[in-house]
Amino acid sequence: MTSVILSTAIRLLLPLLLLFSVFMLLRGHNEPGGGFVGGLVAAAAIALYALAEGAEEARRLLKLDPRSLIASGLTLSLFSGVLPLLSGQPFLTGLWLPWPLPVLGYVGTPLLFDLGVYLLVAGMALLIILSLMEE
Amino acid sequence: MSNALTAIVLSGFPAALVAPALYRYSPRWAGRLCPLLPLALFVSLLAALGTVAAGKPIIVSIPWIPSLGVSFSLYLDGLGMLFALLITGIGFLVFLYTPAYMGNDVRQGRLTAWLFAFMGAMLGTVLAGNLMTMFVFWELTGLSSYMLIGFDHEKEESRRAALQALLITGVGGLALLAGFILLGKICGTMELAELLGQGEVVRAHTLYLPLLLLVLTGAFTKSAQFPFHFWLPNAMAAPTPVSAYLHSATMVKLGVFLLARFTPILAGSEAWFWLVSGVGAITMLIGALLAVKEHDLKRILAWSTVSSLGSLVLLLGIGTPGATAAAMTFLLAHALYKSSLFLTAGAVDHGVGSRDIRTLGGLAPAMPWLAAAGVLASLSMAGLPPLLGFISKELVYGVTLQSTLLPQLLSGLFLAGNALMVTVAVMAGVGPFFGHKPDTPLHHHKLSPTLWLAPLIPAIFGLLFGLLPGSAASFLIEPATRAVISPSVTVVLGLWHGLNQELLLSAATLALGLVVVLFRRRIIALMPITDKGFRYGPSGWYRLLLDGLANVARLQTGFVQNGRLRNYLMISIGVAMGLMGLTFMQSGGIPGNLPFPSGYLHEWLTAGIILAGALAVTLTDSRLGAVAALGTVGYGVSLVYILYGAPDLAMTQFCIETLSIVLYVLVLYRLPLFTLLSTPVIRLRDAFMAVAIGGLMTLLMLYVVSQPLVPHVSEFFLANSLPAAHGRNVVNVILVDFRALDTLGEITVLAVAAIGVFGLLKFRSGREEEQ
Repeated sequence: MTSVILSTAIRLLLPLLLLFSVFMLLRGHNEPGGGFVGGLVAAAAIALYALAEGAEEARRLLKLDPRSLIASGLTLSLFSGVLPLLSGQPFLTGLWLPWPLPVLGYVGTPLLFDLGVYLLVAGMALLIILSLMEE
Repeated sequence: MSNALTAIVLSGFPAALVAPALYRYSPRWAGRLCPLLPLALFVSLLAALGTVAAGKPIIVSIPWIPSLGVSFSLYLDGLGMLFALLITGIGFLVFLYTPAYMGNDVRQGRLTAWLFAFMGAMLGTVLAGNLMTMFVFWELTGLSSYMLIGFDHEKEESRRAALQALLITGVGGLALLAGFILLGKICGTMELAELLGQGEVVRAHTLYLPLLLLVLTGAFTKSAQFPFHFWLPNAMAAPTPVSAYLHSATMVKLGVFLLARFTPILAGSEAWFWLVSGVGAITMLIGALLAVKEHDLKRILAWSTVSSLGSLVLLLGIGTPGATAAAMTFLLAHALYKSSLFLTAGAVDHGVGSRDIRTLGGLAPAMPWLAAAGVLASLSMAGLPPLLGFISKELVYGVTLQSTLLPQLLSGLFLAGNALMVTVAVMAGVGPFFGHKPDTPLHHHKLSPTLWLAPLIPAIFGLLFGLLPGSAASFLIEPATRAVISPSVTVVLGLWHGLNQELLLSAATLALGLVVVLFRRRIIALMPITDKGFRYGPSGWYRLLLDGLANVARLQTGFVQNGRLRNYLMISIGVAMGLMGLTFMQSGGIPGNLPFPSGYLHEWLTAGIILAGALAVTLTDSRLGAVAALGTVGYGVSLVYILYGAPDLAMTQFCIETLSIVLYVLVLYRLPLFTLLSTPVIRLRDAFMAVAIGGLMTLLMLYVVSQPLVPHVSEFFLANSLPAAHGRNVVNVILVDFRALDTLGEITVLAVAAIGVFGLLKFRSGREEEQ
């Protein structure tokens, strides 16, 4: 299933889509978006690439095994929850930097948590799609 | 002393963590270092002996869950001291013995770790000053016992024995927990020091009998009393040092400990007397009879332990000050001789390679010290002067002869039980070392010194306490008896009481026991106990119960999870519908004045598109058409989200729909040809189910929107989103901050589901490759 149109388009679209997924993740706190939908967009981008170039090529592009994405995502979310425990606050309390960063705005552990969701969702979708493709 | 006491109780657990590493680093040094911990604990407990013997308990209390009255409390009195000294003292011997017994076994680190954990749990149980503290440690002893019985986990027999012990003592543990909670409710406190004075209140309470039954279930399961006795001999699957430590000297005595500990609170009623002494008497006789029947050294000793535990329980059931003193003396004597005999049996097994008494004999010249230990211990078991076993037996006969109720029956019971113990003592402690050497080729090698030293030490203590009974009486037995029964009891132990009835009974016991030794085979043939007893007795009930459970599970799994997706859907939807319908009925049925849905034209159009899509999915006979129609439904729902101002949801729904279509494309051409498998009747049933659940959901939604909304939750989120969580998108703030725990749970489910899908796909392809 090789299509010149798809493979040409995806080469241009892939960076855009991935960038868009990160944008979704970052703007989520103030505007519609968030880690879940960002992860889905990222997975869709890679899945499109896999449809055009094959699952093996997609894995090479991804470099990481989707299972590692799932594991690191879950660990990251858990870690963002454990972090406040160290300062004696309840599990999953949001900790914030006291001053806003340029571009990102206020940054705290909820962003870390959302990043974990992003990685996990992308990993999950890719794990299923790539495994099915390789069947 | 209070900090030291906490350290004594808890030190076993860090030691359990360190031991495996130590054994990996240097097995030799680990073997030398590990016995030092129990020895140090033993010595530091001795330092408190004077204070405790003077009747002043040492109490530590650290708040744990104050709102529930649960605290980490320790309470060291005479009873706790006797047990703690046994646990650490025999623990020292076991740790001394284990390295030589296990040899070069690489699993020694693991064994030692669990033994340390067990020791900590035991000390925690016997020194607990709060019901919940006691319960937690009590369960930890069961858990470590499970790991130790199942130590040879490659063997199915070990695994089964471990599970059996865990299940039976676990059931008892649950009963005990319920009993403790009842007791705490009745008395308004969980602290032992405050509970001990409230015996009158508890015995007069209406819930006394259930409370008593629950606590007794806990005690009887742990101490292998009838009808729970059968797990203990099976637990002999554990390595011998474990059997010596857990299943003769310490853990199985926890039930006895529990009865003694709660004597001031629960004893003194008719129910206590009949239940406790009745069960004890039955257990004593059954254990003794079954012990004589066995050939395996460890099983002989295990059944005799069951019998001894039965007599301890019987004595505590009688419950007079004299009986309590006799119980405490016998407890000490039994722990000393039985641990010695177990360790001897292990050393014989290690040296000769057999535990079958029919193949053992004449080993004394080859193992002189071990023979000395075995003989000394069995003399104490047989109750010969001047050993401690003799003194305890005299005390017991004194109690039964002076009993106000049925003195002849009680004396006769003990006479029978003790006589059989004489037989067991000869079989297990003397038989292997003397007599003719059997012709079977047994290769024995020289024993390392710790293998005979460890059994010799407790045997010698049995002799020392017999020769100097005053020291045992004033420092160990009397404080323990006082803690159990009343602070004014005096205990006098002596070897010689004159030529009286007790002495005559002792002589009769010995004679009867020796007669049984001589005519053992003929007596076994006469015994009514056959294998049928195992098939139809309590151990058969246990098997029946376990098999029944497995069968019910298989039946219901076959019904609910038969592998057909439609069936799963049917059951899930049916259950949901039933529950919802029931709730509807209970809350007053469906109100008549439900609002009729209203909307603009474009909203009705969207709803129409969704409905048409859903209808098309069910009617189409092409898969591609079904996928497209399903997509229509999904995108239609996202449109609804947009119309009602939920862009986050709409975006996510769009992405999900898109990815779903990608997935469908991937699997579509792998599926078999589209065929209609279901009959019209089944299709009608499915349609009915679908319409019913849809209709019910619609009713539910209409009902919900007709109720006034409770606004304070959403108002809270709206008011706090920006100031407290620095986010204007309330939906996302709820997801990652306010309700982040929910999200964490959901993404964990996602991860597990993904791994499940991966496993299904890979497992299938792997199987295909094999074919």
